[in-house]
Amino acid sequence: MNKRYQALAARVLSRFGDQLTRVESTCGELTYELAREDLVATAQALRNEDGLQFDTLIDLCGIDYLTWGQAEWQTKDATGTGFSRAAQRETVLPEISDTFEPRRFAVVYHLTSVSRNHRIRLRVFTGPDNPPIVPSIVEVWNSANWYEREAFDLFGILFEGHPDLRRILTDYGFIGYPFRKDFPLIGNVEVKYDLTEGRVVYQPVSIEPRTLVPRIIRDDSRYASGQADEAADG
Amino acid sequence: MAEFQNYTMNFGPQHPAAHGVLRLVLEMNGEVIQDADPHIGLLHRGTEKLAENKPYNHSIGYMDRLDYVSMMCNEHSYVLAIEKLLGVRPPIRAQYIRVMFDEITRILNHLLWLATHGLDIGAMALFLFCFREREDLVDCYEAVSGTRMHATYYRPGGVYRDLPDRMPRHQNAGNRSDKDIKRLNEDRQGSLLDFLEAFTNRFPGHVDEYETLLTDNRIWKQRTVNIGVVSPERAKQLGFTGPMLRGSGVEWDLRKKQPYEVYANLDFDIPVGVNGDCYDRYLVRIEEMRQSNNIIKQCITWLRDNPGPVMLDDHKFTPPSRVEMKDDMESLIHHFKLFTEGYCIPAGEAYAAVEHPKGEFGIYMVSDGANKPYRVKIRSPGFAHISAMKEMVVGHMLADVVAVIGTVDIVFGDIDR
Repeated sequence: MNKRYQALAARVLSRFGDQLTRVESTCGELTYELAREDLVATAQALRNEDGLQFDTLIDLCGIDYLTWGQAEWQTKDATGTGFSRAAQRETVLPEISDTFEPRRFAVVYHLTSVSRNHRIRLRVFTGPDNPPIVPSIVEVWNSANWYEREAFDLFGILFEGHPDLRRILTDYGFIGYPFRKDFPLIGNVEVKYDLTEGRVVYQPVSIEPRTLVPRIIRDDSRYASGQADEAADG
Repeated sequence: MAEFQNYTMNFGPQHPAAHGVLRLVLEMNGEVIQDADPHIGLLHRGTEKLAENKPYNHSIGYMDRLDYVSMMCNEHSYVLAIEKLLGVRPPIRAQYIRVMFDEITRILNHLLWLATHGLDIGAMALFLFCFREREDLVDCYEAVSGTRMHATYYRPGGVYRDLPDRMPRHQNAGNRSDKDIKRLNEDRQGSLLDFLEAFTNRFPGHVDEYETLLTDNRIWKQRTVNIGVVSPERAKQLGFTGPMLRGSGVEWDLRKKQPYEVYANLDFDIPVGVNGDCYDRYLVRIEEMRQSNNIIKQCITWLRDNPGPVMLDDHKFTPPSRVEMKDDMESLIHHFKLFTEGYCIPAGEAYAAVEHPKGEFGIYMVSDGANKPYRVKIRSPGFAHISAMKEMVVGHMLADVVAVIGTVDIVFGDIDR
């Protein structure tokens, strides 16, 4: 990590202390996790205070950590038995409960300071609430308006205090949150023109989901020693 | 006296001036806009979700289809994110080729923007002029990648292949005279770089032509000066980047401020506006075309003098050459692994941004160590810009909505993703 970011990291540490937890990065970026109660106050401080001055919210997005680290192919114990028996394709069923894993949904904020030329990333986990909810930061950065609508549309994350939380990208009358990991890639419904009824109708999808390349996780020893970090500095 | 009420008007989604599928619900008081509510998502294809279900390299082609008038810049950001996570940098020649094609793309994008923006607000002839020059540049795309638009030319670790030594020539298919064919092939006798050099020599003259048509044109100025004014503070607050931010007078360009690839070695200037209106953004983009032309020239000189590899030799993520595969077992294995399961990227997250012709185009990539990304978020400049649509049009006349749509440089491929 270069000097500019070390100075910024020191500044953030001295200002916020334990409020922000630094997450180790392999590519020279600053990432912090924080509790959602602290979000708005921290955002305001990050925008206004000297030396920080994050005047632009460059991006905001949701993440669903439901299937983190899950592979479809057990590479260590099953490679001898052939592909068809080794690949496990269990469909992830939607969770129907009042609570989620506390670290399932997160909202990630990418901030940029145009005046001081540095970047930072914040991550807020939504906790166990169903539906997931975080405070809105539209008042701090107005560009968050549509980004929060997008995260709501795709992940079903609610933003408390948002002036106009409507769906934005999906169809009018769409049901479900398509970017959640338990939402199938092929979707649930398809549309077609019905000749007898003389109008466009919705019906359950008729195609089969299929994976051409299974999801595989391999540990690569070359990246264990922090080689990537050194290269990013270069 | 009769009472008048505001009425709502539906603009689009199929309107030639909407530049794609924008549906704008306008509340009008006479001809003055009181409120505007853009409805987007009619082109939403779920690119991010698709990318999560494919090995890394399979999604490069999807990136072309995001902002389909600046294809290679989208790819650039995607491969930069992968390279950042892998901790590798492509060979220097590949970096120069990428920069050169980024700038070709910038000219391509700005030409299309100028052509359609002009067409929307009454400068009809300009469209034909701009498309004449675009033709030469898409030919360059075709010469390196085989396609005129969706190139899939950038790959993690470099570019797909080196620049061709011979520029493809026009053949007579019976619809043109021999004299015509000879004229078209005049610049195509040498390599791609020769063809591009000829282009860069004549292009500034063409930009002068456009400026003669527009810059001091009374009608053009009436349609753009003081329309859609954004102050620098508001521009930052609204997440503006690229020419939209520079048009408001903020000096911010990732190529200068956070240089990637070889931009630090190149000599170019960043134009900024003063008033933050449509006219200033027009001037900024015109000057950017001239600067891009200069950058291309510098790249041509460097690329002529410095042959070398254009792809890293690490066959864990770049394919080995066909020749090697013929008699090297390890290359064959690498090839097989790479094209069946792809490569795994160490767990982590990275955000890579490039100065796209429209603003900051970034890819936020999260990997859990698999051969497919866990999450890809595409930060497209157009999304932030069009979210400020309401603020820019309220109080203007209906006809100015078209000018503002034009100045924002909307392409729905990257807004809806």
